[in-house]
Amino acid sequence: MSMVDNKGLASEVVETIAAWMLGLLWILPLLFAIWTAIHPSAYVAKFDLLAPITAQNFITAWESAPFARYFLNTMLLVTGILLAQFVLCTLAAFAFARFEFKGRDTLFMLVLVQLMVAPDVLLLENYITIRRLGLVDTLPAIALPYLASAFGIFLLRQTFKAIPKDFEEAARIEGCSTLGVLWRVYVPLGKPIYLAYGLVLVSFHWNNFLWPLIITNSVTTRPLTVGLAIFASVDQGIDWSIICAATLMTSGPLLIAFLLFQRQFVQSFMQTGIK
Amino acid sequence: MTGTRNTVHAWLLVLPACVLLAAFTHIPIITTFIHSFYSTPKPRRPSRFVGFDNYEAMLADPIFWKSLWNNLLYAGVSVPVSIALALAMALFVNSKLRGQGALRLAYFTPTVLPMIAVANIWLFFYNPQYGLIDQLLKPFGVVGVNWLGSQGTALWCLIVVGIWKEAGFFMIFYLAALQQISTELRECAAIEGASRWTFFWRVSFPLLMPTTLFVMINAVINAFRLVDHIFVMTGGGPDNATSVLLYQIYVVGFKFFDQAYAATLTIVLLLILGIIAIGQFLLADKRVHYQ
Repeated sequence: MSMVDNKGLASEVVETIAAWMLGLLWILPLLFAIWTAIHPSAYVAKFDLLAPITAQNFITAWESAPFARYFLNTMLLVTGILLAQFVLCTLAAFAFARFEFKGRDTLFMLVLVQLMVAPDVLLLENYITIRRLGLVDTLPAIALPYLASAFGIFLLRQTFKAIPKDFEEAARIEGCSTLGVLWRVYVPLGKPIYLAYGLVLVSFHWNNFLWPLIITNSVTTRPLTVGLAIFASVDQGIDWSIICAATLMTSGPLLIAFLLFQRQFVQSFMQTGIK
Repeated sequence: MTGTRNTVHAWLLVLPACVLLAAFTHIPIITTFIHSFYSTPKPRRPSRFVGFDNYEAMLADPIFWKSLWNNLLYAGVSVPVSIALALAMALFVNSKLRGQGALRLAYFTPTVLPMIAVANIWLFFYNPQYGLIDQLLKPFGVVGVNWLGSQGTALWCLIVVGIWKEAGFFMIFYLAALQQISTELRECAAIEGASRWTFFWRVSFPLLMPTTLFVMINAVINAFRLVDHIFVMTGGGPDNATSVLLYQIYVVGFKFFDQAYAATLTIVLLLILGIIAIGQFLLADKRVHYQ
């Protein structure tokens, strides 16, 4: 018996060590970037526990590019997409979940095509469309291809389908209209999913790069990711401390939000994944 | 009567979303297909029908083949490795190890970072003078290797970044699935004297098959569509050693302004995504056996 225990203990020790090695490997790049960002550039890749800590790199980065404007752009963009997707996907998901109409299933299959072919893949044709609309280099242009989302419709449809029909009938008897039922019954019951979906959406669009890169070419429209890429490639040469500071700064809000609401984040990604 | 009213309501509800989806997904797919059979419009030469000329040019284009091969290699290596790591991470975090909360945090953090930020950090790592990798290898006599500047290593550097960014994301799905495997099963297996290793291969792993399929599909799609780090780290170079399909589409479309050829390349990418979709559809039928 004790031999079995020993074996179990040994394998547990090995497992713990392996898990921590991997964890260390995974967090190391970020720690390294933080270390570089909070020390003077003389200490780049020179580890010294007594190295003076400074905020100068962040200040320099902030002052040498219009990051304030980039932050504003990203926040407007993410908020706009979030609101639009919530409204549009809720309406569509409700119809797909609770209405019988001709061509419903075919239409739903067509919607799902977007799960495979994201707008980023069709960047050239979408660029042509936006140019025709005269919207090149505007914030709405960045948002437009993402305002409706197959992922959102799919997720909310699953959620709505799981809500018992009795709730709806009760509301109808009390005189609720179609939209009233949606607003009073389905949306409140779907709250946890909206939270999860919202977190996934915000982190996706905060980080999106390729389409904004193509469709913007001025400071007043560029989101943070594009601003950061330009800053790191053109403005800075090779001052790594400043680049690291800028990098952390732009990912900062999301990273802090993640650290604070870690459990919800992980839970959200789980919930949206299982559906 | 209520039937028709219902239908009208339903269509009104789906209309806004469907119009947008059609405008930015379905119609572009069709126009891409059409454009791939026409020449690129130039100021003095309007676009004209050229049949399969663009496709013939593509098949004769070594950069296309290079990008396709790079992309397949990128997917072929990064997908299985990140899935294996994701599964290991999920098992670690799911077992009663010390400090599993901190571990989960460490594994998942790269997922929250923008790929652009990730690329900046790793760019610094791979730097031949200051880079951490060079510092680590110095004692072994490896000095001044230009990791991102050499044909032989550049793509591998990007693969490593892709794995680092994505594995924690996939871990989440495995973790969710593992938590649904009942403790009863585990207890039964323990009474029968099955080791944890046997339990994993005989019980957990088969039960995780649907998750593996889901993760695999997502990983493959991402391998074809996530190219942000290439912009920051290599710009497709050296000598197209790190160019992949979507990156090449960007270069052809927005650097060379060759709309027709970019459309032709896009068709290849769409075909690949289509094959993945069909594969998923066929494989998904099998998942009922496990549920």
